[in-house]
Amino acid sequence: MDKQRRNFLKIASVTALAGIGAPALIRLSSTAALASEHVAAANPVAKPSKGAHGESASTGMRLGMVIDMRKFVDDPKLLNKAIDACNSVHNIPQIDNRKSEIKWIWKAPFENVFPEQSQYHTAHNVENYPFAVLCNHCDDPPCVRACPTQATFRVKGNGIIAMDFHRCIGCRFCMAACPYGARSFNWEDPRPYIKKYNPDFPSRMRGVVEKCNFCGERLALGQEPACVEACKGTGAMVFGDLNDAQSKIRQVLDKEFTIQRNASLGTKPSVFYIV
Amino acid sequence: MIEKILRGKPAYWMWLAFLGLFIAIGAACYVRQYLFGLGLTGMSRDVSWGLYISQFTFLVGVAAGGVMLVLPYYIHNFKVFGRITILGEFLAIAAIVMCMLFIMADLGQPLRAVNVILHPTPHSMLFWDMCVLVGYLSLNILCGWVILTAERKGVHPPKWIYFFVYLSIPFAVSIHTVTAMLYCGLPGRHFWLSAIIAPRFLASAFAAGPALIIIACLVLKRVANFDAGKEAMNKLVTIIMYAALLNTFFVLLEVFVAYYSNMPGHKHSLEYLFFGLEHHGHVYNNLVPFMWTSVVLNFGALALFACPYVRKKNEFLLGLSCVMIFLALWIDKGLGFVFAGFVPNPLNEITEYVPTFNELGITIGVWATGFFIITVLYKIVVGVEHEIEN
Repeated sequence: MDKQRRNFLKIASVTALAGIGAPALIRLSSTAALASEHVAAANPVAKPSKGAHGESASTGMRLGMVIDMRKFVDDPKLLNKAIDACNSVHNIPQIDNRKSEIKWIWKAPFENVFPEQSQYHTAHNVENYPFAVLCNHCDDPPCVRACPTQATFRVKGNGIIAMDFHRCIGCRFCMAACPYGARSFNWEDPRPYIKKYNPDFPSRMRGVVEKCNFCGERLALGQEPACVEACKGTGAMVFGDLNDAQSKIRQVLDKEFTIQRNASLGTKPSVFYIV
Repeated sequence: MIEKILRGKPAYWMWLAFLGLFIAIGAACYVRQYLFGLGLTGMSRDVSWGLYISQFTFLVGVAAGGVMLVLPYYIHNFKVFGRITILGEFLAIAAIVMCMLFIMADLGQPLRAVNVILHPTPHSMLFWDMCVLVGYLSLNILCGWVILTAERKGVHPPKWIYFFVYLSIPFAVSIHTVTAMLYCGLPGRHFWLSAIIAPRFLASAFAAGPALIIIACLVLKRVANFDAGKEAMNKLVTIIMYAALLNTFFVLLEVFVAYYSNMPGHKHSLEYLFFGLEHHGHVYNNLVPFMWTSVVLNFGALALFACPYVRKKNEFLLGLSCVMIFLALWIDKGLGFVFAGFVPNPLNEITEYVPTFNELGITIGVWATGFFIITVLYKIVVGVEHEIEN
């Protein structure tokens, strides 16, 4: 069953990629974005090769994540644990209202997370279990391009797309620009909605945008991201440097077939899914 | 010249007081929003831009529309526009002030607005939009004031001003082009991701702006004894017709691309606008009546304009046609274009947007402010014209 599903997804993805066009295929696979096995064999991933248009792969550290949905299917409570960990670490207000809610990592069905993928006769596990959704920390982020004040920016040392809550003017251009719906806006003062305040991370004021920050503040202290830590020992979330051939995340990417959310947009997402 | 504002008939003062009332309502609503946050609006995580940004988008067009008078008069020496070119320039001033007020109303942290200047970011289209809007506003204030002063003194305007007049023409095009670029460069928003957005914006702008000027001329003729002249009005109608036809053509091209290619992402927003989008058994169709009203008004106005009787003989019908085309374009760009871009959201979910009363109060307040500015500026123009005649 499992193998059949993966085979199907492989064929579906390769067909979709062929439709996008050869240049996109070469560029994406050269950055190990969609490390399908034969490409990996023909082109050892150790040295990133150049794309068809001479565009080089990003250099330096680029943090990314692999989300292994099989593990979340095995343990349906695991995803809630990861989400709760993030919510409490980051003082995320629990606003029970679709209009104003704030979400950093949340659950959504496959058809919503991957609307560009085929929804026809999807495997039951894919159809019935919610997927984890979070910011993709794109290597070429449209939100950073759109922001008029550089309040959202790519951190040079690790590729995280971060927010400066004190510079954001609340124009919400980044929300319109993000093709993954990863950003939330504080439509009102969020503080009354914080259940238990964590003094190690600032709460936000109203009128600014926020989103997942890959736990930049925890990485600085040598800790893992909160969601990754919550899944410790299961291998459900693997976090690391996509540009380091020796990293654990690269070993997973070399071995497993993964998909990204709408990679055809050229944003180069850094979050990968094993479905 | 400014003293002309202070002398007027009771009707003039009553009109200003009427607008002042709505400005006060808008201000009160804004204080509420400022104290609570944008949660007082109907905007949401999914539809993160609402009436404020859509009005801004439409009014940038009205401002750019003024160039349809400036260009024929100064470049082609089309003399009949001599009396009304200044109306186009002053309309642009009021429209851009409205744009800026709408942007300020939309900011989550309005006190930080200067960050756009403190941290200039050339890769953000919003930065460039600020640059061209401030530029166009300054150019119109400068050109309008200098030329009107010269006219009042009965002398030719100074030579140097023509540099700025000519400069204002590409600026007019640029304000609406850059505003289109706010939308059309965003990956994953299919409805906006179209190279025809900028030309479409310009076409609708060149219809909406002159339509408002004709309405203003008809009003001024009745209340202020200011006659723009038959030929000038006729030419403006021609401009409106061509621009509105081009706009219709561009919209139909969008419809063709979406439906012939049959790509779901391209069809969704159009379906939402004109037929309603069905999702999990619920049909989302808030904007459908508005959009069909827009279609009817658009073609109705074009049909009326096509009758020589309307264009040349019947001022009431002419005014009505202008109101119709203005409303049609306002619905098309000032409501549908912005709201539908967010439906469905990137996760293929649908959230509909309904503005709140507070939001409507602010919106009406800003429009009233704009009309207040137009009234005062046109009062100066009319006053100067009468002074010259005497």
